[in-house]
Amino acid sequence: MAELDVMTARSTAIELRNLTLAYQGHPAVHHLTGAFKSGSLTAIVGPNGAGKSTLLSALSGQKSGIEGSIDFAPALQSPQGRASKLAYLPQQSAIDREFPVRVLDVVSLGAWRELGSFRSVSADIRARASEVLAAVGLIGFERRYIGELSVGQLQRVLFARLLMQDAQIILLDEPFNALDTRTAEDLLGVVLNWHRQSRTVIAVLHDLEMVRQYFPQTLLLAREVIAWGNSAEVLTTENLARARQTSEYWDDRAPWCVRPPESGSRG
Amino acid sequence: MMLEWGTLLYSWIISPFADYGFMKRALIACVAIGLACGPIGTILVLRRMSLAGDAIAHAVLPGAAVGFIFFGLSLPAMTIGSFIAAALMALVANVVTRWTSQKEDASYASFYLIALALGVLLISTSGSKVDLLHFLFGSVLAIDSESLLMIAGASTASLLLLTVLWRPLMLECFDPGFLRSVGGRGALVHQLFMLMVVLNLVSAFQALGTLMAVGLLMLPATAARFWSYGVVSRSSLAAGFGALSGFLGLLISYHANFPSGPSIVLVAGGLYLFSLCFGTRDSFRLILFPTPQHKES
Repeated sequence: MAELDVMTARSTAIELRNLTLAYQGHPAVHHLTGAFKSGSLTAIVGPNGAGKSTLLSALSGQKSGIEGSIDFAPALQSPQGRASKLAYLPQQSAIDREFPVRVLDVVSLGAWRELGSFRSVSADIRARASEVLAAVGLIGFERRYIGELSVGQLQRVLFARLLMQDAQIILLDEPFNALDTRTAEDLLGVVLNWHRQSRTVIAVLHDLEMVRQYFPQTLLLAREVIAWGNSAEVLTTENLARARQTSEYWDDRAPWCVRPPESGSRG
Repeated sequence: MMLEWGTLLYSWIISPFADYGFMKRALIACVAIGLACGPIGTILVLRRMSLAGDAIAHAVLPGAAVGFIFFGLSLPAMTIGSFIAAALMALVANVVTRWTSQKEDASYASFYLIALALGVLLISTSGSKVDLLHFLFGSVLAIDSESLLMIAGASTASLLLLTVLWRPLMLECFDPGFLRSVGGRGALVHQLFMLMVVLNLVSAFQALGTLMAVGLLMLPATAARFWSYGVVSRSSLAAGFGALSGFLGLLISYHANFPSGPSIVLVAGGLYLFSLCFGTRDSFRLILFPTPQHKES
Protein backbone atom coordinates (compact mmCIF):
# COMPACT_ATOMS: atom_id res chain seq x y z
CA MET A 1 0.00 0.00 0.00
CA ALA A 2 2.99 2.24 0.57
CA GLU A 3 3.61 2.15 -3.15
CA LEU A 4 0.05 3.19 -3.85
CA ASP A 5 0.42 6.19 -1.54
CA VAL A 6 3.48 7.26 -3.47
CA MET A 7 1.50 6.89 -6.66
CA THR A 8 -1.38 9.02 -5.53
CA ALA A 9 0.97 11.65 -4.20
CA ARG A 10 2.52 11.97 -7.63
CA SER A 11 1.23 14.47 -10.10
CA THR A 12 -0.97 13.55 -13.02
CA ALA A 13 0.67 12.95 -16.38
CA ILE A 14 -2.47 12.61 -18.49
CA GLU A 15 -6.02 13.24 -17.38
CA LEU A 16 -9.03 12.08 -19.39
CA ARG A 17 -12.38 13.75 -18.86
CA ASN A 18 -15.44 12.12 -20.32
CA LEU A 19 -13.47 11.22 -23.44
CA THR A 20 -15.42 9.73 -26.34
CA LEU A 21 -13.62 8.62 -29.52
CA ALA A 22 -15.71 7.50 -32.47
CA TYR A 23 -15.54 6.14 -36.00
CA GLN A 24 -18.40 7.40 -38.17
CA GLY A 25 -20.52 8.16 -35.14
CA HIS A 26 -19.99 4.80 -33.46
CA PRO A 27 -18.06 5.06 -30.21
CA ALA A 28 -14.79 3.12 -29.93
CA VAL A 29 -14.04 4.65 -26.53
CA HIS A 30 -17.09 5.76 -24.64
CA HIS A 31 -17.21 8.42 -21.87
CA LEU A 32 -13.79 7.64 -20.41
CA THR A 33 -12.73 9.50 -17.27
CA GLY A 34 -9.56 8.92 -15.24
CA ALA A 35 -5.88 9.74 -14.97
CA PHE A 36 -2.45 8.29 -15.67
CA LYS A 37 -0.13 9.28 -12.85
CA SER A 38 3.25 10.61 -13.75
CA GLY A 39 5.85 7.85 -13.49
CA SER A 40 3.26 5.08 -13.54
CA LEU A 41 3.52 1.89 -15.58
CA THR A 42 0.05 1.07 -16.89
CA ALA A 43 -1.18 -1.80 -19.01
CA ILE A 44 -4.30 -1.25 -21.12
CA VAL A 45 -6.12 -4.55 -21.38
CA GLY A 46 -9.37 -5.56 -23.03
CA PRO A 47 -10.96 -7.66 -25.75
CA ASN A 48 -10.45 -6.94 -29.47
CA GLY A 49 -12.44 -3.91 -30.52
CA ALA A 50 -12.35 -2.50 -27.00
CA GLY A 51 -10.83 0.77 -28.19
CA LYS A 52 -7.34 0.22 -26.76
CA SER A 53 -5.42 1.24 -29.88
CA THR A 54 -7.87 4.05 -30.54
CA LEU A 55 -7.26 5.42 -27.05
CA LEU A 56 -3.50 5.19 -27.51
CA SER A 57 -3.55 7.01 -30.83
CA ALA A 58 -5.74 9.70 -29.24
CA LEU A 59 -3.22 10.06 -26.39
CA SER A 60 -0.47 10.46 -28.99
CA GLY A 61 -2.49 13.20 -30.65
CA GLN A 62 -3.08 11.32 -33.91
CA LYS A 63 -6.82 10.99 -33.42
CA SER A 64 -9.07 13.64 -31.91
CA GLY A 65 -12.03 13.05 -29.65
CA ILE A 66 -15.59 14.00 -30.50
CA GLU A 67 -16.44 14.70 -26.89
CA GLY A 68 -14.58 15.31 -23.63
CA SER A 69 -10.91 16.18 -23.24
CA ILE A 70 -7.37 14.89 -22.77
CA ASP A 71 -5.28 17.09 -20.46
CA PHE A 72 -1.53 16.76 -20.19
CA ALA A 73 0.89 17.91 -17.50
CA PRO A 74 2.01 21.54 -18.08
CA ALA A 75 5.24 20.62 -19.90
CA LEU A 76 3.27 18.64 -22.46
CA GLN A 77 0.34 20.94 -23.03
CA SER A 78 1.57 22.43 -26.29
CA PRO A 79 1.81 20.26 -29.40
CA GLN A 80 5.54 21.10 -29.55
CA GLY A 81 5.98 19.93 -25.97
CA ARG A 82 4.22 16.67 -26.73
CA ALA A 83 6.22 16.15 -29.91
CA SER A 84 9.47 16.27 -27.97
CA LYS A 85 8.42 14.61 -24.70
CA LEU A 86 5.96 11.96 -25.77
CA ALA A 87 6.91 8.88 -27.79
CA TYR A 88 4.42 6.58 -29.49
CA LEU A 89 5.07 3.15 -30.95
CA PRO A 90 2.07 2.04 -33.01
CA GLN A 91 1.50 -1.50 -34.17
CA GLN A 92 4.18 -2.53 -36.66
CA SER A 93 2.09 -2.32 -39.81
CA ALA A 94 2.64 1.45 -39.94
CA ILE A 95 6.22 1.08 -41.24
CA ASP A 96 7.05 0.39 -44.87
CA ARG A 97 9.57 -2.42 -44.46
CA GLU A 98 10.44 -2.46 -48.15
CA PHE A 99 11.80 1.05 -48.01
CA PRO A 100 15.59 0.95 -48.37
CA VAL A 101 16.72 2.66 -45.19
CA ARG A 102 19.50 1.57 -42.85
CA VAL A 103 19.08 0.60 -39.21
CA LEU A 104 21.44 3.31 -37.97
CA ASP A 105 19.48 5.99 -39.83
CA VAL A 106 16.17 4.82 -38.37
CA VAL A 107 17.58 4.87 -34.85
CA SER A 108 19.35 8.22 -35.30
CA LEU A 109 16.03 9.79 -36.28
CA GLY A 110 14.94 9.11 -32.69
CA ALA A 111 17.02 12.19 -31.89
CA TRP A 112 14.57 14.32 -33.90
CA ARG A 113 14.37 16.85 -31.06
CA GLU A 114 18.02 17.74 -31.75
CA LEU A 115 18.00 17.02 -35.46
CA GLY A 116 14.75 18.47 -36.72
CA SER A 117 14.33 18.43 -40.46
CA PHE A 118 17.58 20.08 -41.41
CA ARG A 119 20.42 19.77 -38.88
CA SER A 120 23.09 17.20 -39.70
CA VAL A 121 23.56 13.98 -37.76
CA SER A 122 26.55 14.54 -35.47
CA ALA A 123 29.14 11.93 -34.52
CA ASP A 124 27.69 12.11 -31.01
CA ILE A 125 24.22 11.13 -32.22
CA ARG A 126 25.70 8.29 -34.26
CA ALA A 127 27.61 7.03 -31.25
CA ARG A 128 24.49 7.20 -29.09
CA ALA A 129 22.50 5.35 -31.75
CA SER A 130 25.08 2.54 -31.72
CA GLU A 131 24.87 2.45 -27.92
CA VAL A 132 21.09 2.10 -27.81
CA LEU A 133 21.30 -0.54 -30.54
CA ALA A 134 23.66 -2.50 -28.33
CA ALA A 135 21.28 -1.96 -25.41
CA VAL A 136 18.47 -3.71 -27.30
CA GLY A 137 20.81 -6.54 -28.31
CA LEU A 138 21.60 -5.49 -31.89
CA ILE A 139 25.37 -5.16 -32.12
CA GLY A 140 26.78 -4.79 -35.61
CA PHE A 141 23.41 -4.10 -37.24
CA GLU A 142 24.07 -0.43 -38.04
CA ARG A 143 24.55 -0.85 -41.78
CA ARG A 144 21.74 -3.36 -42.34
CA TYR A 145 18.59 -2.35 -44.22
CA ILE A 146 15.28 -2.68 -42.35
CA GLY A 147 13.96 -4.94 -45.10
CA GLU A 148 16.58 -7.54 -44.13
CA LEU A 149 15.45 -7.77 -40.51
CA SER A 150 13.12 -10.26 -38.90
CA VAL A 151 9.98 -9.01 -37.17
CA GLY A 152 11.67 -9.33 -33.79
CA GLN A 153 14.80 -7.49 -34.91
CA LEU A 154 12.73 -4.67 -36.37
CA GLN A 155 10.87 -4.30 -33.07
CA ARG A 156 14.24 -4.09 -31.32
CA VAL A 157 15.23 -1.32 -33.74
CA LEU A 158 12.02 0.57 -32.95
CA PHE A 159 12.71 0.21 -29.23
CA ALA A 160 16.21 1.56 -29.84
CA ARG A 161 14.62 4.57 -31.55
CA LEU A 162 12.35 5.04 -28.53
CA LEU A 163 15.46 5.00 -26.32
CA MET A 164 16.96 7.72 -28.54
CA GLN A 165 13.78 9.77 -28.17
CA ASP A 166 14.34 9.91 -24.43
CA ALA A 167 10.67 10.80 -23.84
CA GLN A 168 8.85 11.32 -20.54
CA ILE A 169 5.68 9.60 -21.68
CA ILE A 170 5.97 6.43 -23.74
CA LEU A 171 2.95 4.84 -25.44
CA LEU A 172 3.32 1.27 -26.73
CA ASP A 173 0.69 -0.49 -28.82
CA GLU A 174 1.01 -4.27 -28.42
CA PRO A 175 4.79 -4.01 -28.29
CA PHE A 176 5.42 -7.72 -27.69
CA ASN A 177 3.09 -9.10 -30.32
CA ALA A 178 4.50 -11.85 -32.56
CA LEU A 179 7.83 -11.85 -30.72
CA ASP A 180 9.65 -14.89 -29.43
CA THR A 181 10.15 -15.25 -25.66
CA ARG A 182 13.69 -14.00 -25.65
CA THR A 183 12.95 -10.85 -27.64
CA ALA A 184 9.85 -10.14 -25.55
CA GLU A 185 11.86 -10.55 -22.35
CA ASP A 186 14.65 -8.28 -23.56
CA LEU A 187 12.21 -5.56 -24.58
CA LEU A 188 10.20 -5.94 -21.38
CA GLY A 189 13.51 -5.29 -19.61
CA VAL A 190 13.75 -1.99 -21.51
CA VAL A 191 10.19 -1.07 -20.45
CA LEU A 192 10.87 -1.88 -16.78
CA ASN A 193 14.01 0.20 -16.97
CA TRP A 194 11.95 3.17 -18.20
CA HIS A 195 9.68 2.64 -15.21
CA ARG A 196 12.68 2.69 -12.85
CA GLN A 197 13.70 6.01 -14.45
CA SER A 198 10.23 7.36 -13.47
CA ARG A 199 9.01 7.74 -17.03
CA THR A 200 5.29 7.30 -17.60
CA VAL A 201 4.71 4.17 -19.67
CA ILE A 202 1.34 3.07 -21.07
CA ALA A 203 1.22 -0.19 -23.01
CA VAL A 204 -1.60 -2.05 -24.72
CA LEU A 205 -1.10 -5.73 -23.86
CA HIS A 206 -2.82 -9.07 -24.21
CA ASP A 207 -0.63 -11.27 -22.00
CA LEU A 208 -2.42 -11.07 -18.63
CA GLU A 209 0.30 -13.06 -16.88
CA MET A 210 2.87 -10.49 -17.92
CA VAL A 211 0.58 -7.66 -16.79
CA ARG A 212 0.01 -9.24 -13.37
CA GLN A 213 3.69 -9.81 -12.87
CA TYR A 214 5.26 -6.60 -14.15
CA PHE A 215 2.67 -3.85 -14.58
CA PRO A 216 1.56 -2.16 -11.34
CA GLN A 217 -1.43 -0.38 -12.93
CA THR A 218 -4.07 -1.67 -15.31
CA LEU A 219 -6.86 -0.03 -17.28
CA LEU A 220 -9.40 -2.66 -18.26
CA LEU A 221 -11.22 -1.26 -21.25
CA ALA A 222 -14.22 -2.51 -23.19
CA ARG A 223 -15.18 0.70 -24.90
CA GLU A 224 -16.04 1.97 -21.44
CA VAL A 225 -13.85 1.61 -18.37
CA ILE A 226 -14.50 -1.72 -16.67
CA ALA A 227 -11.90 -1.08 -13.99
CA TRP A 228 -8.80 1.10 -13.57
CA GLY A 229 -6.27 0.84 -10.74
CA ASN A 230 -3.89 -1.65 -9.18
CA SER A 231 -3.50 -4.60 -11.52
CA ALA A 232 -4.34 -7.22 -8.88
CA GLU A 233 -7.61 -5.46 -8.06
CA VAL A 234 -8.51 -4.80 -11.70
CA LEU A 235 -7.80 -8.22 -13.21
CA THR A 236 -10.40 -10.18 -11.26
CA THR A 237 -12.40 -12.98 -12.85
CA GLU A 238 -15.55 -10.93 -12.51
CA ASN A 239 -14.11 -7.84 -14.21
CA LEU A 240 -12.63 -9.88 -17.04
CA ALA A 241 -15.95 -11.63 -17.65
CA ARG A 242 -17.67 -8.24 -17.74
CA ALA A 243 -15.14 -6.99 -20.31
CA ARG A 244 -15.72 -10.03 -22.51
CA GLN A 245 -19.46 -9.51 -22.54
CA THR A 246 -19.19 -6.10 -24.12
CA SER A 247 -20.03 -6.76 -27.72
CA GLU A 248 -18.14 -5.44 -30.74
CA TYR A 249 -21.51 -5.07 -32.41
CA TRP A 250 -22.25 -1.83 -34.26
CA ASP A 251 -25.90 -1.03 -34.35
CA ASP A 252 -26.67 1.41 -37.13
CA ARG A 253 -30.09 2.03 -35.64
CA ALA A 254 -28.74 2.66 -32.15
CA PRO A 255 -30.15 5.86 -30.68
CA TRP A 256 -27.84 8.87 -30.19
CA CYS A 257 -26.05 8.75 -26.85
CA VAL A 258 -27.32 11.55 -24.60
CA ARG A 259 -25.46 10.94 -21.34
CA PRO A 260 -24.92 14.11 -19.32
CA PRO A 261 -21.18 14.89 -19.24
CA GLU A 262 -20.35 14.15 -15.61
CA SER A 263 -22.23 10.90 -15.10
CA GLY A 264 -20.02 9.25 -17.70
CA SER A 265 -17.69 6.54 -16.58
CA ARG A 266 -18.03 3.68 -14.22
CA GLY A 267 -14.29 3.64 -13.40
CA MET B 1 42.58 3.10 -89.81
CA MET B 2 42.31 4.41 -86.26
CA LEU B 3 41.94 7.86 -87.64
CA GLU B 4 39.11 6.76 -89.92
CA TRP B 5 37.23 5.21 -87.02
CA GLY B 6 37.85 8.29 -84.99
CA THR B 7 36.45 10.50 -87.71
CA LEU B 8 33.46 8.24 -88.15
CA LEU B 9 32.73 8.22 -84.42
CA TYR B 10 33.10 11.98 -84.36
CA SER B 11 30.72 12.46 -87.22
CA TRP B 12 28.19 10.11 -85.65
CA ILE B 13 28.33 11.11 -82.02
CA ILE B 14 29.92 14.51 -81.58
CA SER B 15 29.30 16.53 -84.68
CA PRO B 16 25.48 16.56 -84.53
CA PHE B 17 25.79 18.37 -81.21
CA ALA B 18 28.82 20.41 -82.15
CA ASP B 19 27.45 21.62 -85.47
CA TYR B 20 23.85 22.43 -84.66
CA GLY B 21 22.72 24.82 -81.94
CA PHE B 22 19.29 23.24 -81.64
CA MET B 23 20.86 19.83 -80.97
CA LYS B 24 23.15 21.35 -78.35
CA ARG B 25 20.22 23.00 -76.57
CA ALA B 26 18.17 19.83 -76.82
CA LEU B 27 20.98 17.81 -75.25
CA ILE B 28 21.45 20.24 -72.37
CA ALA B 29 17.67 20.25 -71.80
CA CYS B 30 17.45 16.45 -71.77
CA VAL B 31 20.39 16.04 -69.43
CA ALA B 32 18.95 18.63 -67.04
CA ILE B 33 15.54 16.95 -67.10
CA GLY B 34 17.10 13.52 -66.66
CA LEU B 35 19.19 14.59 -63.67
CA ALA B 36 16.24 15.96 -61.70
CA CYS B 37 13.85 13.22 -62.76
CA GLY B 38 16.17 10.48 -61.44
CA PRO B 39 15.65 11.07 -57.72
CA ILE B 40 12.07 12.33 -58.14
CA GLY B 41 11.06 9.24 -60.12
CA THR B 42 12.82 6.98 -57.61
CA ILE B 43 10.87 8.50 -54.73
CA LEU B 44 7.61 8.14 -56.68
CA VAL B 45 8.40 4.45 -57.24
CA LEU B 46 9.21 3.96 -53.56
CA ARG B 47 5.95 5.68 -52.56
CA ARG B 48 4.03 3.43 -54.96
CA MET B 49 2.94 6.53 -56.86
CA SER B 50 4.35 5.58 -60.25
CA LEU B 51 1.11 6.52 -61.98
CA ALA B 52 0.79 9.90 -60.28
CA GLY B 53 3.09 11.39 -62.92
CA ASP B 54 0.73 10.17 -65.62
CA ALA B 55 -2.24 11.66 -63.82
CA ILE B 56 -0.47 15.00 -63.48
CA ALA B 57 0.52 14.95 -67.14
CA HIS B 58 -3.13 14.69 -68.11
CA ALA B 59 -4.20 17.37 -65.67
CA VAL B 60 -2.22 20.09 -67.48
CA LEU B 61 -4.70 20.13 -70.33
CA PRO B 62 -7.27 22.66 -69.03
CA GLY B 63 -4.47 25.01 -67.95
CA ALA B 64 -2.75 24.81 -71.31
CA ALA B 65 -6.11 25.32 -73.03
CA VAL B 66 -6.96 28.41 -71.00
CA GLY B 67 -3.50 29.82 -71.72
CA PHE B 68 -4.03 29.13 -75.41
CA ILE B 69 -7.54 30.66 -75.48
CA PHE B 70 -6.46 33.92 -73.87
CA PHE B 71 -2.95 34.38 -75.24
CA GLY B 72 -2.84 32.26 -78.37
CA LEU B 73 0.19 30.13 -79.03
CA SER B 74 2.33 31.66 -76.31
CA LEU B 75 4.63 29.14 -74.71
CA PRO B 76 5.02 31.03 -71.40
CA ALA B 77 1.23 31.47 -71.06
CA MET B 78 0.54 27.83 -71.79
CA THR B 79 3.33 26.68 -69.50
CA ILE B 80 2.11 28.82 -66.64
CA GLY B 81 -1.46 27.67 -67.26
CA SER B 82 -0.31 24.05 -67.26
CA PHE B 83 1.62 24.52 -64.07
CA ILE B 84 -1.34 26.11 -62.28
CA ALA B 85 -3.76 23.41 -63.42
CA ALA B 86 -1.48 20.52 -62.49
CA ALA B 87 -0.40 22.02 -59.17
CA LEU B 88 -4.03 22.67 -58.29
CA MET B 89 -4.96 19.10 -59.16
CA ALA B 90 -2.12 17.69 -57.02
CA LEU B 91 -3.06 19.99 -54.14
CA VAL B 92 -6.74 19.06 -54.17
CA ALA B 93 -5.99 15.35 -54.56
CA ASN B 94 -3.59 15.50 -51.60
CA VAL B 95 -6.03 17.38 -49.40
CA VAL B 96 -8.73 14.82 -50.15
CA THR B 97 -6.33 11.96 -49.37
CA ARG B 98 -5.32 13.50 -46.04
CA TRP B 99 -8.76 14.52 -44.84
CA THR B 100 -10.83 11.56 -45.96
CA SER B 101 -9.96 7.88 -46.12
CA GLN B 102 -10.03 7.93 -49.94
CA LYS B 103 -6.77 6.31 -51.12
CA GLU B 104 -4.22 8.45 -52.94
CA ASP B 105 -4.49 6.63 -56.29
CA ALA B 106 -8.29 6.88 -56.31
CA SER B 107 -8.07 10.53 -55.40
CA TYR B 108 -5.60 11.28 -58.21
CA ALA B 109 -7.64 9.26 -60.69
CA SER B 110 -10.80 11.22 -59.86
CA PHE B 111 -9.29 14.65 -60.21
CA TYR B 112 -7.18 14.08 -63.29
CA LEU B 113 -10.21 12.70 -65.14
CA ILE B 114 -12.19 15.81 -64.26
CA ALA B 115 -9.28 17.98 -65.43
CA LEU B 116 -8.86 15.99 -68.62
CA ALA B 117 -12.53 16.26 -69.56
CA LEU B 118 -12.51 19.96 -68.82
CA GLY B 119 -9.41 20.36 -70.98
CA VAL B 120 -10.91 18.50 -73.94
CA LEU B 121 -14.06 20.61 -73.65
CA LEU B 122 -12.07 23.85 -73.63
CA ILE B 123 -9.95 22.80 -76.59
CA SER B 124 -12.92 21.74 -78.67
CA THR B 125 -14.40 25.22 -78.32
CA SER B 126 -11.16 27.10 -78.91
CA GLY B 127 -10.74 26.91 -82.65
CA SER B 128 -7.38 25.86 -84.05
CA LYS B 129 -6.11 22.68 -82.47
CA VAL B 130 -3.01 21.94 -84.47
CA ASP B 131 -0.71 24.16 -82.43
CA LEU B 132 -2.04 22.85 -79.17
CA LEU B 133 -1.44 19.30 -80.29
CA HIS B 134 2.09 20.34 -81.09
CA PHE B 135 2.43 21.50 -77.51
CA LEU B 136 1.06 18.26 -76.15
CA PHE B 137 3.53 16.17 -78.09
CA GLY B 138 6.39 18.60 -77.72
CA SER B 139 9.39 19.27 -79.88
CA VAL B 140 12.78 18.90 -78.36
CA LEU B 141 14.36 20.39 -81.44
CA ALA B 142 12.53 23.69 -81.05
CA ILE B 143 13.86 24.61 -77.63
CA ASP B 144 15.00 28.21 -77.53
CA SER B 145 17.30 29.74 -74.95
CA GLU B 146 14.40 30.89 -72.82
CA SER B 147 12.83 27.48 -72.46
CA LEU B 148 16.29 26.02 -71.87
CA LEU B 149 16.71 28.47 -69.02
CA MET B 150 13.37 27.45 -67.59
CA ILE B 151 14.19 23.73 -67.83
CA ALA B 152 17.60 24.15 -66.23
CA GLY B 153 16.07 26.40 -63.55
CA ALA B 154 13.35 23.91 -62.69
CA SER B 155 15.88 21.10 -62.54
CA THR B 156 18.29 23.03 -60.33
CA ALA B 157 15.53 24.24 -58.02
CA SER B 158 14.21 20.69 -57.66
CA LEU B 159 17.60 19.22 -56.81
CA LEU B 160 18.23 21.95 -54.23
CA LEU B 161 14.78 21.56 -52.67
CA LEU B 162 15.24 17.78 -52.59
CA THR B 163 18.50 18.18 -50.72
CA VAL B 164 16.89 20.45 -48.15
CA LEU B 165 13.77 18.31 -47.69
CA TRP B 166 15.55 14.95 -47.93
CA ARG B 167 15.22 13.83 -44.30
CA PRO B 168 11.55 14.64 -43.67
CA LEU B 169 10.71 13.37 -47.15
CA MET B 170 12.37 10.00 -46.53
CA LEU B 171 10.71 9.73 -43.12
CA GLU B 172 7.34 10.64 -44.62
CA CYS B 173 7.87 7.79 -47.09
CA PHE B 174 8.71 4.96 -44.73
CA ASP B 175 7.23 5.97 -41.39
CA PRO B 176 4.78 8.88 -41.69
CA GLY B 177 3.31 8.09 -38.26
CA PHE B 178 6.64 8.70 -36.59
CA LEU B 179 7.15 11.97 -38.44
CA ARG B 180 3.74 13.13 -37.26
CA SER B 181 4.42 12.02 -33.68
CA VAL B 182 7.61 14.08 -33.48
CA GLY B 183 5.82 17.11 -34.87
CA GLY B 184 7.14 16.98 -38.45
CA ARG B 185 5.05 18.54 -41.21
CA GLY B 186 4.61 15.41 -43.30
CA ALA B 187 1.66 16.67 -45.31
CA LEU B 188 3.50 19.88 -46.22
CA VAL B 189 6.64 18.00 -47.22
CA HIS B 190 4.64 15.66 -49.41
CA GLN B 191 2.85 18.60 -50.99
CA LEU B 192 6.13 20.33 -51.77
CA PHE B 193 7.44 17.12 -53.29
CA MET B 194 4.39 16.78 -55.54
CA LEU B 195 4.86 20.41 -56.53
CA MET B 196 8.38 19.44 -57.59
CA VAL B 197 6.95 16.63 -59.71
CA VAL B 198 4.59 19.12 -61.37
CA LEU B 199 7.36 21.66 -61.95
CA ASN B 200 9.62 19.11 -63.63
CA LEU B 201 6.91 17.61 -65.75
CA VAL B 202 5.72 21.00 -66.96
CA SER B 203 9.23 22.15 -67.77
CA ALA B 204 9.88 18.89 -69.60
CA PHE B 205 6.67 19.25 -71.64
CA GLN B 206 8.20 21.83 -73.91
CA ALA B 207 10.91 19.43 -74.91
CA LEU B 208 9.14 16.11 -74.87
CA GLY B 209 5.43 16.82 -74.79
CA THR B 210 3.11 16.10 -71.91
CA LEU B 211 2.94 12.35 -72.29
CA MET B 212 6.57 11.70 -73.23
CA ALA B 213 7.83 13.69 -70.23
CA VAL B 214 6.42 11.06 -67.90
CA GLY B 215 8.57 8.49 -69.68
CA LEU B 216 11.77 10.27 -68.71
CA LEU B 217 10.44 10.63 -65.16
CA MET B 218 9.52 7.01 -64.51
CA LEU B 219 11.46 4.67 -66.82
CA PRO B 220 14.99 5.48 -65.56
CA ALA B 221 13.75 5.07 -61.98
CA THR B 222 12.06 1.73 -62.58
CA ALA B 223 15.17 0.55 -64.47
CA ALA B 224 17.60 1.61 -61.72
CA ARG B 225 15.77 -0.55 -59.23
CA PHE B 226 17.15 -3.68 -60.92
CA TRP B 227 20.73 -2.62 -60.22
CA SER B 228 20.83 -1.11 -56.74
CA TYR B 229 18.86 -0.90 -53.50
CA GLY B 230 19.75 2.22 -51.53
CA VAL B 231 17.75 5.39 -52.26
CA VAL B 232 20.76 7.52 -53.11
CA SER B 233 22.45 4.97 -55.36
CA ARG B 234 19.16 4.29 -57.12
CA SER B 235 18.48 8.00 -57.61
CA SER B 236 21.97 8.59 -59.01
CA LEU B 237 21.71 5.65 -61.36
CA ALA B 238 18.27 6.80 -62.51
CA ALA B 239 19.63 10.29 -63.15
CA GLY B 240 22.41 8.73 -65.22
CA PHE B 241 19.95 6.60 -67.17
CA GLY B 242 17.82 9.68 -67.81
CA ALA B 243 20.72 11.70 -69.15
CA LEU B 244 21.93 8.77 -71.25
CA SER B 245 18.44 8.28 -72.71
CA GLY B 246 18.40 11.93 -73.73
CA PHE B 247 21.80 11.68 -75.40
CA LEU B 248 21.19 8.41 -77.28
CA GLY B 249 17.58 9.30 -78.11
CA LEU B 250 18.65 12.59 -79.69
CA LEU B 251 21.35 10.86 -81.76
CA ILE B 252 18.87 8.28 -83.03
CA SER B 253 16.32 10.92 -83.77
CA TYR B 254 18.95 12.94 -85.65
CA HIS B 255 20.34 10.09 -87.75
CA ALA B 256 17.11 8.21 -88.44
CA ASN B 257 14.97 11.31 -88.75
CA PHE B 258 12.59 10.10 -86.03
CA PRO B 259 10.60 12.45 -83.80
CA SER B 260 12.78 13.20 -80.78
CA GLY B 261 10.32 12.70 -77.89
CA PRO B 262 9.41 9.08 -78.64
CA SER B 263 13.04 8.29 -79.55
CA ILE B 264 14.25 9.44 -76.15
CA VAL B 265 11.52 7.61 -74.27
CA LEU B 266 12.08 4.44 -76.30
CA VAL B 267 15.76 4.50 -75.40
CA ALA B 268 14.73 4.84 -71.74
CA GLY B 269 12.33 1.97 -72.30
CA GLY B 270 15.13 -0.09 -73.86
CA LEU B 271 17.31 0.58 -70.81
CA TYR B 272 14.41 -0.53 -68.63
CA LEU B 273 13.92 -3.80 -70.54
CA PHE B 274 17.65 -4.47 -70.50
CA SER B 275 17.75 -3.88 -66.72
CA LEU B 276 14.71 -6.07 -66.21
CA CYS B 277 16.43 -8.94 -68.06
CA PHE B 278 20.05 -8.56 -66.99
CA GLY B 279 20.11 -6.41 -63.83
CA THR B 280 21.99 -7.46 -60.72
CA ARG B 281 18.96 -7.37 -58.39
CA ASP B 282 15.93 -9.65 -58.92
CA SER B 283 16.09 -9.44 -62.71
CA PHE B 284 14.80 -12.20 -64.98
CA ARG B 285 18.36 -13.48 -65.31
CA LEU B 286 18.61 -14.10 -61.55
CA ILE B 287 15.13 -15.58 -61.32
CA LEU B 288 15.65 -17.99 -64.25
CA PHE B 289 19.26 -18.90 -63.40
CA PRO B 290 19.58 -18.66 -59.64
CA THR B 291 23.08 -19.25 -58.29
CA PRO B 292 23.28 -21.89 -55.54
CA GLN B 293 26.19 -20.01 -54.03
CA HIS B 294 25.56 -18.74 -50.52
CA LYS B 295 27.56 -17.62 -47.54
CA GLU B 296 28.27 -19.52 -44.33
CA SER B 297 26.31 -17.04 -42.22
